[in-house]
Amino acid sequence: MTGQMILANRLTDGRVVFLAADGRWVDDIAGGAVATAPGVASQLLATARVAESRNAVIEPCLIDIRQVAGHRQPVAWREAIRATGPTVRTDLPA
Amino acid sequence: MYRYDEFDHTLVAERIATFRRQVQRRLSGDLTEDQFKPLRLMNGLYLQLHAYMLRVNIPYGCLSARQLRQLAYIARRYDRNFGHFTTRQNIQYNWIRLDETPDVLAALAEVEMNAMQSSGNCVRNITADQYAGRARDEVEDPRPWCELIRQWSILHPEFSYLPRKFKIAVSGAPVDRAAVKFHDVGLYLRRNADGVVGFEVIAGGGQGRLPYVGHTIRDWLPKEDLLSYLEAILRIYNLGGRRDNPQKARIKVQVNALGPDEFRRLVDEEWAQIRRSALLAVPRAEIERIAAYFADPAWEVLADDPVAVTRQRGVDPGFDDWYRANVVAHRTPGYAIVNLSLKAPGIAPGDLTADQMDKVADLADRFSIGELRVSHRQNLVFPDVRQGDLPALWQELRALSLATPNIGQLTDIIACPGLDFCSLANARAIPVAQDLSRHFGDAAVLQDVGELTINISGCMNACGHHHVGNIGILGVEKNGQEFYQLTLGGSSGEDASLGDRLGRSISAADVPPAIDAIVARYRALRLADERFLDTYRRVGIEPFKEAVYGARAREVA
Ligand code: SF4
Repeated sequence: MTGQMILANRLTDGRVVFLAADGRWVDDIAGGAVATAPGVASQLLATARVAESRNAVIEPCLIDIRQVAGHRQPVAWREAIRATGPTVRTDLPA
Repeated sequence: MYRYDEFDHTLVAERIATFRRQVQRRLSGDLTEDQFKPLRLMNGLYLQLHAYMLRVNIPYGCLSARQLRQLAYIARRYDRNFGHFTTRQNIQYNWIRLDETPDVLAALAEVEMNAMQSSGNCVRNITADQYAGRARDEVEDPRPWCELIRQWSILHPEFSYLPRKFKIAVSGAPVDRAAVKFHDVGLYLRRNADGVVGFEVIAGGGQGRLPYVGHTIRDWLPKEDLLSYLEAILRIYNLGGRRDNPQKARIKVQVNALGPDEFRRLVDEEWAQIRRSALLAVPRAEIERIAAYFADPAWEVLADDPVAVTRQRGVDPGFDDWYRANVVAHRTPGYAIVNLSLKAPGIAPGDLTADQMDKVADLADRFSIGELRVSHRQNLVFPDVRQGDLPALWQELRALSLATPNIGQLTDIIACPGLDFCSLANARAIPVAQDLSRHFGDAAVLQDVGELTINISGCMNACGHHHVGNIGILGVEKNGQEFYQLTLGGSSGEDASLGDRLGRSISAADVPPAIDAIVARYRALRLADERFLDTYRRVGIEPFKEAVYGARAREVA
């Protein structure tokens, strides 16, 4: 499955969050809404822009995702790193 | 070390109170991100890929044990238990919350630290030789002058909105350990023909997308004229810098577009107007007042090379390796400068955990009069260690994985945060450094190769100084994948040079074998104990090109 999701940074702590179908922002990519049909992506983006104007998040953007081994993964490497965290210092507690 | 006076305390406290209100207004929605961004940047707070990052100034790389303990506390209480020392001798925290940032700044202020002007288009943290005040080859201690420049440049009303950021480095020694020629302004303390100490002034150096070695624009400047001359340079830059194009807005572009002679003429013209200004004169009493903060500690009367050390070197090759690579001559008999390598195999260059910070602070108290330094190569330094204490200190540092004997060698790698953290990155830098440090972990190989620096940047902004690494590695992105471009022959020293591009970029997996090939070719070509850089300068790039690409099957376009 391919599709698009909304990724942003949360205002209070800057953490990466995904827009869920009910308008909440969630930490886990698995909980975010995926737009597969035309028009849905722009609706998600419009919702995200409202959240941005209400200062919940910063710089929301649409990202392309695909399914890899049963998990959602951003297509772009940069966004994949944002979604899963740095590839280094995984020894230290989050 | 410099201690805050009442002005410093008041200034920093007021700044934190203002920023606390600004953060509250941002969180309540009174300020938009566009309005808030310049305000947070003025306080060192960036938004990176995963979170906010706070950059904290370590003025000219000088740190007390007490301050390091507070940095550990901040890492533990507000971040993820670690900090990252940078090529600007600062420390960065990668996981700071916006709503807690004013508290972090208040915690820093408790130990006379701040994050002011660690970002933005202003004069940034002044950097210096990490051996300042202790090096045997030093003409004069640069730290009082760094502090003077810091005081002059903090909240300077005329220079708070420069065309771009502005970096100044100062060295008091002829051997350049501070990459002075790659700063917007670089200063060397030098003696003139009469033996009087003044400054050689260099302008227009820098790295990034458009790298330049700086030009000497004044061979010798009397010390009392330092501020008026700097003010003249900043004015010419502030007026003529390219505000229309951020890529061309640094002083290096202006100096090189005008030519150093014309730039010098403009500066001299401006200087002639302000040179006699009482405001900008450096009164002897004031510089003496500042210098008193950096007065020599009460060193004991000791002899060089105590028996305990020579004996230990004779019987313990591990100690001897460390001594030769990480211990540097001190100007006082019986003392040594000790480098703490933050480059153990597999470790992210420049990272230190909170626990390590606490323990290093304790060791600094025990072995180095409570002081330490941060080097631009992302290591720490104990400036005042009794030579007789070296065996005991070595044991302690080994237990903390901070005694890898590799200073200035192949695995003493500079790496910027790269795509693991930085929002401007094209590719990761830290994992490449980790791979290389594991790959070249053999101390015998390191020793045989000798002096050879590898610097890695995750993009053209060159925070990892790739242009000036003997071997430079630049991360690039091609079709969504990470590749790495190699350069050879860079040097950030007094023999400054920019690296030459070796050829087409290669994959991350190909980097260690490519470096292997380069190192093997160097070992085959070197004459006696010729350094890599000297061999490269003698034989040129072709043999190395052949070594890497001739043998590489997986080369990519
Ligand atoms: S060089 Fe590029 S990737 Fe590295 S820290 Fe600087 S801006 Fe970020």
